[in-house]
Amino acid sequence: MNLAIARNLSFRSFKAALLGLALAGACSSAWAQTVVDGAWVRATVPGQPSTGAFLTLTASTASTLLGAQSPVAGTVQIHQSSMKDDVMRMLPVEQVPLPAGTPVVFDTQGYHIMLIDLKQQVKEGDQVPLTLTLVDDQGTRQTLDVTATARALNQPDHAGHDAHHGH
Amino acid sequence: MTDSLTRRRLLAGIGVLSLGTLAGCSDSNKLSFKYGKDLSNQILGRTFRLKDTQGNEKTLSSFRGMMPMVFFGFTQCPAVCPTTLARAAQIKKLMGRDGDRLQVIFISLDPERDTPQVLDAYVKIFDPTFVALSGTLEQTAATAKEFGVFYEKIPAGPTYTISHTSTSFVFDSRGTLRLGLSQSLTAQECTEDLLTVMEVC
Repeated sequence: MNLAIARNLSFRSFKAALLGLALAGACSSAWAQTVVDGAWVRATVPGQPSTGAFLTLTASTASTLLGAQSPVAGTVQIHQSSMKDDVMRMLPVEQVPLPAGTPVVFDTQGYHIMLIDLKQQVKEGDQVPLTLTLVDDQGTRQTLDVTATARALNQPDHAGHDAHHGH
Repeated sequence: MTDSLTRRRLLAGIGVLSLGTLAGCSDSNKLSFKYGKDLSNQILGRTFRLKDTQGNEKTLSSFRGMMPMVFFGFTQCPAVCPTTLARAAQIKKLMGRDGDRLQVIFISLDPERDTPQVLDAYVKIFDPTFVALSGTLEQTAATAKEFGVFYEKIPAGPTYTISHTSTSFVFDSRGTLRLGLSQSLTAQECTEDLLTVMEVC
């Protein structure tokens, strides 16, 4: 909702609107001109030190995801998995390009956010805060606050089918 | 020593069974699957010796009479491991009563971090009958090798992740390797092929 309005504003008034939102303590799952959809985290069992976070990012202007942070994890990294000859390969990546207007899916089959050194068990239904750091093609850095809902560890399939928009 | 003894006993058992296909087992050494890969002519995973989460030593013959479906992974795996285990749980349900004979076995490729407690809680979230096995680093390497499973630690900042083969290996109830199920197959597709294995033995 906030987003739909914000998108129609000029960038300057958009920033002002954001400031207003921040002052009002409003929590939006989108920041600046990047839209976040269906953010979720896979729940863990006690003692499991890491898990994955999944979402879809759509930037209105060409941007780059530089990283993420979360109060629930000591380290947050972006990884990319790929499947070849039934071998699942994992690779940490420094950044992820977000082409203008193209949804970039972070799911179990490709890019995903790794929450490492978890400070506590992530239980189904938990609201996990994530802060994404992005930079647009003008070099402007932005942070984006996201709340990801924890889904059951035994969730059969990857994100997207029943992703909730907003919270 | 015990190993060769067990194998001899197993072979003797197979001999008896094949005499009159007493248990309804066919000696077919080639199967045709709709989705998976026929591994009937491959000898893999015969001699592994690992511990379950209670500390009991397990070998392939510990699961005789069941249809073992073996998958390698690690609990910090964000994607392929939980989705494959969730698929295995779905398969077991889709198989109905035959699913009681499916024994899902998760072998840890990360014994340094996968403690028995975490492994136990992890697999049982998917299905209480699932078994997790692990060993020392050497046993893990030897087990992966005898299954032809590739795995590799990938450094990731202060930690690491693991690239690995995501195939599920299915044995018939006599312990003969039969089927390789790719990670890309659906639960329904896997179930069809598993029922084919069950028809053989």
